[in-house]
Amino acid sequence: MESCNCIEPQWPAEELLMKYQYISDFFIALAYFSIPLELIYFVKKSAVFPYRWVLVQFGAFIVLCGATHLINLWTFSMHSRTVAVVMTTAKVLTAAVSCATALMLVHIIPDLLSVKTRELFLKNKAAELDREMGLIRTQEETGRHVRMLTHEIRSTLDRHTILKTTLVELGRTLALEECTLWMPTRTGLELQLSYTLRQQNPVEYTVPIQLPVINQVFSSNRAMKISPNSPVARLRPLSGKYMPGEVVAVRVPLLHLSNFQINDWPELSTRRYALMVLMLPSDSARQWHVHELELVEVVADQVAVALSHAAILEESMRARDLLMEQNVALDHARREAETAIRARNDFLAVMNHEMRTPMHAVIALSSLLQETELTPEQRLMVETILRSSNLLATLINDVLDLSRLEDGSLRLDLGSFNLHAVFKEVLNLIKPIASVKKLPVTLNLAPDLPEYAIGDEKRLMQTILNVVGNAVKFSKQGSISITAFVAKSESLRDSRAPDFFPVPSDNHFYLRVQVKDAGQGINPPDIPKLFTKFAHAQTLATKNSSGSGLGLAICKRFVNLMEGHIWIESEGPGKGCMAIFIVKLGIPENTSESKNPFLPKANHGQTTFPGLKVLVLDDNGVSRMVTKELLVHLGCDVTTASSRDECLHVVSQDHKVVCMDAGMPDGFEAAVCLHEKFTKRHERPLIVALTGNTDKVTKENCMRVGMDGVILKPVSVDKMRSVLSELLEHRVLFEAM
Amino acid sequence: MEVVQMQRAWVEYTKSLFREGFLDAQFQQLQLLQDESNPDFVAEVVSLFFEDSERLLSDLTFALEQQSVDFKKVDAHVHQLKGSSSSIGAQRVKNDCIAFRSFCEEQNIEGCQRCLQQVKQDYCLVKSKLEALIRLEQQIVAAGGSIPMEELSC
Repeated sequence: MESCNCIEPQWPAEELLMKYQYISDFFIALAYFSIPLELIYFVKKSAVFPYRWVLVQFGAFIVLCGATHLINLWTFSMHSRTVAVVMTTAKVLTAAVSCATALMLVHIIPDLLSVKTRELFLKNKAAELDREMGLIRTQEETGRHVRMLTHEIRSTLDRHTILKTTLVELGRTLALEECTLWMPTRTGLELQLSYTLRQQNPVEYTVPIQLPVINQVFSSNRAMKISPNSPVARLRPLSGKYMPGEVVAVRVPLLHLSNFQINDWPELSTRRYALMVLMLPSDSARQWHVHELELVEVVADQVAVALSHAAILEESMRARDLLMEQNVALDHARREAETAIRARNDFLAVMNHEMRTPMHAVIALSSLLQETELTPEQRLMVETILRSSNLLATLINDVLDLSRLEDGSLRLDLGSFNLHAVFKEVLNLIKPIASVKKLPVTLNLAPDLPEYAIGDEKRLMQTILNVVGNAVKFSKQGSISITAFVAKSESLRDSRAPDFFPVPSDNHFYLRVQVKDAGQGINPPDIPKLFTKFAHAQTLATKNSSGSGLGLAICKRFVNLMEGHIWIESEGPGKGCMAIFIVKLGIPENTSESKNPFLPKANHGQTTFPGLKVLVLDDNGVSRMVTKELLVHLGCDVTTASSRDECLHVVSQDHKVVCMDAGMPDGFEAAVCLHEKFTKRHERPLIVALTGNTDKVTKENCMRVGMDGVILKPVSVDKMRSVLSELLEHRVLFEAM
Repeated sequence: MEVVQMQRAWVEYTKSLFREGFLDAQFQQLQLLQDESNPDFVAEVVSLFFEDSERLLSDLTFALEQQSVDFKKVDAHVHQLKGSSSSIGAQRVKNDCIAFRSFCEEQNIEGCQRCLQQVKQDYCLVKSKLEALIRLEQQIVAAGGSIPMEELSC
């Protein structure tokens, strides 16, 4: 043999074994090459496999193993050294890679194992989530049911509908067998079955409220399971066969209007509750779930609110109906009152007219009679008739006034008048009647009583006349005394008149008039009645006396209008009585302006003053002439003077009036001198200043020197006429500046 | 017919005097005072007014020409004139006097002088007017008619 570099295998090759080894190696190599390919193919398909590089390593390892086995094929026969080298290289590489792979697998396998664990974990989690989803869905269902129920309940304000709807909807939502509502009775001691779901006509069935199970339910706001055997749950007798379903009871608070306080939720102790009992179908294996209990609680609360709303609405509807009724009644009453007032006014108007017509006839004919030839006696009688009928006419007016007084629409006719004259007139009027009854009447006027006053002359006279007339009417014997004086502050306050607060002031004084008689007297308890309209004290003696009973009522009103007070004192029947009244009158001052500027009463004035001696004092010839002519035109007997000395020289007691120009330099002096010359008031002529100045200073100056009046120039004939008449009547003159 | 014409002329003239402010309501009062018992009243008063005013005006002129003017005296005269003119109803003269008096209070010589001129002017005017009126009245009366006072009120 030649020496070759071929390497001989170690042992002699047996042909068959060798052949098998050869084939096996071939297939092994094939497999080893195809496995990585398959691996790569499948890995390519799956995108999530995390260990790619492991696969690469593994693939390399397999490929090398395959290569090794492939190369092994050549070693079965004679092979060159190169093949051996290649084989060795491949084997070495394979060894390296496989070792690396083995080492790496140690790291990987635990991971791969844990993947499996995680998968299991996730599966469990998914199952759990599924369960929870189911739960949530159920709750969502429940919530929807509650909302729908609430909507149904709250969509009506009718109590009955609310409760019925609640039961129906609950029954439907929870698939209940029976649902009942127990309301507390009026006494609060029992619960009465009020509403049921299935039973159409609930029997009148009550249970006492103090049952332990009921107390238990009422003590908490949760829905509680109760025994199916408790009296509230057992509506139908048990038929024995079936197992009753679980029963749940919940309290329904009945809220009243008074329970709602702002920022203050109602206390538990003041509440009343109704009981709602829900029964699951019997013979079903159903149990009350928590979410169902919650649903029941929520519904119970909603029902409570809805019921209270319904109650409030009922209240307000009732109140509104009541108000409407009252309105109708008030309207009716008002219309009736209006009709009555109208009727009264019509009556008064007609009566007044009917009364006035004959009055006018009497007055007219009496005054005509006065003009004829009469004996003094007859004249006196006619005058009395005339005066009385005038007064009667005034009284008729005052019947109308009375209704105006009631309305408050009467106003006093304020004016300046002679107070003393009023009393004298009353005396003149009453004297004939009193002398017939042989009752002496005396009049005492206090010396400090002002001669003139400001007030309503007519009504004051009426008041005095009424009071004095009553005294005369109700006296059979004795005398009647009329006293009038200025009331001082001590005597003003009277314990009998607690709400009469007289306030004396500079411009006013309080006139107090007392009329005392020794007649029938009045029972003290009857005194207040005297002043009410149409009511008079019934005593034995009054049967034959006439009187409408209006007089004192009118007097009281007049006196009140004059800011005064009137009352009667009597010690009893048969002891006479004293009528006293106090009225507020204004003081006419020459220096103060009268609050109500009045016009000189034209109807009292004279149109001419025949023979009235007047002295005109003016230094201006033209003015003097004009003034003189004015007075001459009015019928006066006029003397003129152009200076103070001349005036004093010429003036005499016959002169009634002195007209002087205020602008004269010695005019005021003349006035002063006149005052000095004639000390007694009734002797002195009236001094009147004519001035063109409208300012107060002039007027005050005039008053200061003792002028009786001031006239503003220019003076017309009419003005002079009215001034003179005013002056002569009242001895004082006012001129609104 | 002449009487009627004269009466109408009288009415017109009187009305114009009132309208133009020479006379005021006081004059009407004077006219009212004139009646059968005193038929010449207005004429008498008017002539008295003329006399008074002329005297007063000359006094005023004299007083204002003095070296040192006695304003008290001037005021007294003006007061008199004012009184007369207002009594007769000479409105313009009266108003001038009122202004005059205020200047006297201020002791304003120039003002007073000016007022005096104004018063004199107005006085002359009213004097001539009144004289014409009275002449007309006398003519009417001479012709047998009467003064139609009532027509003044319309």
